[in-house]
Amino acid sequence: MATLTTNIHVEPNSNLVHNRIYQTAALILVITFLILVQVFYLQIMRHDHFTTLSKSNHIKILPVVPSRGLIFSSDGVMLADNRPSFTLELVPERVEDVESVIDQLNRLITITPDDIERFRELRKRSRRFEGIPLRFSLSDEEVALISVNRHLLAGIDVVASLSRYYPLAESLSHTIGYVGMIDEDEFEKLNKSNYRGTTYIGKSGIEKAYEGLLHGHVGYQQVEVNAQGRKIREIYREPPEPSKNLYLTIDASLQLLAVQALNDRRGAIVAMDTRTGAVLVSASSPGYDPNLFIDGIDRKIYAELLQSRDTPLLNRTLQGKYPPGSTIKPMLALGSLNLQVREAGAETWCPGWYSIKGSTHRYRDWKREGHGHMDMVNAIAQSCDVYFYVLAQDMGIDEIHRTLTGFGFGAPTGIDIGGEASGLIPSTQWKREALGQPWYPGETLIAGIGQGASLVTPIQLVMATAVIANRGKLVRPFLLSEVRDSATGQLVIKAPAQADKTIISADVEDWDLIIHSMEEVLHGKRGTARGSGAGSEYHMAGKTGTAQVIAIGQDEEYDEEEIPEEFRDHALFIAFAPVEAPEIAMAVIVENGGGGSRTAAPIARELLDHYFYRRKAAG
Amino acid sequence: MKQESLAQKVHIDAPLLLGILALSLIGYVVLYSASDQNMDLIIRRSIHVTTALVVMFAIAQIPPARLSGASLWFYLVSLGLLVMVLFFGEMGKGAQRWLGLGPFRFQPSELMKLALPMVIALHLSKDTPPPSVKKVFIVLLFIIAPVLLVAKQPDLGTAMLIAVSGFAVLFIAGMSWKLLAGFAVVALSSAPVIWNLMHDYQRNRVLTFLNPEQDPLGSGYHIIQSKIAIGSGGLYGKGWLNGTQSHLEFLPERSTDFIFAVFCEEFGLIGVLVLVSLYLFIIARGLYISLLAQHLYGKLLGVGVIAGFFVYIAVNMGMVSGQLPVVGIPLPLISHGGTSMMTIMAGFGILMAVHTHRRLLSN
Repeated sequence: MATLTTNIHVEPNSNLVHNRIYQTAALILVITFLILVQVFYLQIMRHDHFTTLSKSNHIKILPVVPSRGLIFSSDGVMLADNRPSFTLELVPERVEDVESVIDQLNRLITITPDDIERFRELRKRSRRFEGIPLRFSLSDEEVALISVNRHLLAGIDVVASLSRYYPLAESLSHTIGYVGMIDEDEFEKLNKSNYRGTTYIGKSGIEKAYEGLLHGHVGYQQVEVNAQGRKIREIYREPPEPSKNLYLTIDASLQLLAVQALNDRRGAIVAMDTRTGAVLVSASSPGYDPNLFIDGIDRKIYAELLQSRDTPLLNRTLQGKYPPGSTIKPMLALGSLNLQVREAGAETWCPGWYSIKGSTHRYRDWKREGHGHMDMVNAIAQSCDVYFYVLAQDMGIDEIHRTLTGFGFGAPTGIDIGGEASGLIPSTQWKREALGQPWYPGETLIAGIGQGASLVTPIQLVMATAVIANRGKLVRPFLLSEVRDSATGQLVIKAPAQADKTIISADVEDWDLIIHSMEEVLHGKRGTARGSGAGSEYHMAGKTGTAQVIAIGQDEEYDEEEIPEEFRDHALFIAFAPVEAPEIAMAVIVENGGGGSRTAAPIARELLDHYFYRRKAAG
Repeated sequence: MKQESLAQKVHIDAPLLLGILALSLIGYVVLYSASDQNMDLIIRRSIHVTTALVVMFAIAQIPPARLSGASLWFYLVSLGLLVMVLFFGEMGKGAQRWLGLGPFRFQPSELMKLALPMVIALHLSKDTPPPSVKKVFIVLLFIIAPVLLVAKQPDLGTAMLIAVSGFAVLFIAGMSWKLLAGFAVVALSSAPVIWNLMHDYQRNRVLTFLNPEQDPLGSGYHIIQSKIAIGSGGLYGKGWLNGTQSHLEFLPERSTDFIFAVFCEEFGLIGVLVLVSLYLFIIARGLYISLLAQHLYGKLLGVGVIAGFFVYIAVNMGMVSGQLPVVGIPLPLISHGGTSMMTIMAGFGILMAVHTHRRLLSN
């Protein structure tokens, strides 16, 4: 039988191994002894103590949930409130047959299959003695119906609780976001003890970004309960750490005016304090009613929101990507001065079109008959395309790319709620890597008037406008201005003053010239937005933009009346004011709204008027 | 040559089998009470026990030489399955542990509980103990790979069990105390580094893990309630079916991980002493079998299996009585649950094989 041992090394009587086995046995005995000592301690030494506990049991430990922090605008308007509401809860431990009780309830009040499904989900992660919500926001009538039938419904409780309410509804939906039921994924990731007893969690916007502050930290109470599990008295209470109230930079009255001005058209308006970066207006239109999401949105309504061609769920201010059109002309002009590609006084002849040498393709100016002789100030004020075709050609695409990314385009601005699109500023490298194609000279011309592959977000536009207003200094946009303790009102955090960081350095005269030319857009004789600048008590600097959505053929006419609405041009406008000492910058985009001067600039004027007159009125 | 008894012919070790049957019987009694006299559960447990016993008998028939020859493959397959869990595993209770095979689901980490001691025993049994430093480090790699994979699932309890059964084999094989101390130093000194790499929420979990009573709404709840159950049991217990903690549903997981608390409440310290004696009897028998084994492979594997079995018991009792953090580890042969019972019985099958195929060699 020795063959059996071929791959087994026989080691008879190895003392080392046997000693180790004895040592293992000794260790096992010691550990077993230690366990027995603990059991002895619990069962003999502290027997009386635990018997009392077990008899008087019965002690339960219940979470004490802090009420969610409120959200206010800078002008003191409530943006997110907690309202009392009645929830129907079922305690599985006290119910014989859960299904039949739900059936019984269904005869009294409506319980949808969605409610039941949600109940099942919640039940999986709750303890048997904890109430699990079955129906939210009961009407008074429903509460009455259940109270009357109380004796038939053991294990059913109507619980008064607080539920979230957003008074401004559609008007600020994207920025505030909304809370909703904690879903499976979120449940796995969060601190389960801290969320015991919490039903809602921030799903988007401020509600999500500042979830930690808004939620607070759960406390607990030890309570004595009777055999039916009803609370008899509280033995000990560890109060929750209160949540924090948030004060946003949003100016509610300006915000509402902006939403009104957009009037359900697709578009976005962002306004920012150029001195701090505080976002005063962040309007994305159309909005949606965040209140619909709180207790689980109706599937049909959700499908409609998702499928709507107006994409109401999209936060256009941060995620909407638009060709910037002519709004980038002032920035390119500054870049050309900086690079010494252009002198401000040098003129370009504009016959209404431009062709690259050796090509017959005509790049047209928006003004068919041409602008004539154009220097830089006039070219910006009148938005001459030919001037910028030539300027772009002289700069080259890679310098254009460098100039525009210098103003913050092509990257998220870093706003505190996140979820931004980066947009795109094309370059030869980008085209080679993304499309595997070389760059064509014609594309440089197009890039010079903000068309082609270039895409920017409204928040980037307003930040870049503020960089001009601040003559090269960057202020990052942010939304949270103050954090206060919800119980004491004490200031906890205040948005720090931003360090002045110069991201673009240029000569004083160059800044003067660019800002002057933008002022001419509104207040000059031939400025493209002179209609919106007329008669204002303060001076604005701005730039119109009209972004093509479809390419117009060489000899075609752009006739707005004949083009379906979704192919019409986007209207853009950027502005800051007052010119001498800038306070506020703004970007307005109306999708398919036609020309920037006609559609977007008047909205900016209306909002700026409100901003300045209100302040004057306040004295 | 001595006459072979019937037990030896069918490769059964009678004392071990008696111990196992006695504990299983206690398991039925406690489960019946803990489950509120749920016959469904009793029937399911019968299926588990029967299947596990069949597996044990089957494995006992395999000569250890055959086992040792298959060790490396078994280990590699188990490791491969663990990698597969990482990519195709099914989620359950927040961790990715299960692998679906048609209608069946199983946890490859269970296979690893046996495969690791087997492969280490094989590796170390080829030379005279103590193992060279180089060998020790190879074994270390054998241990680290599956432990990391299981910890990633995440299943810290099982990862720890696997690690301990691996180190037990190393220890038995005579690894020097100096090296052992060295490992301990490395493990302790790497802790702060890992701590610094962790996210805040992960640190929070570790803190709660180490001090559950700080978290009375989470795992601390289990401990508070199970201590009341144990303590109120006293010397004689409240009697079978009379445990209030368990029957009023204050005690969570009472038919699985916390079944020891039900036992303590109903049978008191006397019951605990009987239970622990039975466990010690099985452990003693297992160590005795390892001592008598004539080949190093059998000795090493035998102690590896017994060490794993003991860690189950110690960790479970330690956690239920509030000495150790709460990790989901069942009480072997008593807790309800098919998977771990299968692994434990398979381990006993190996022990029986080591013992009953012995005489053949001594010829």
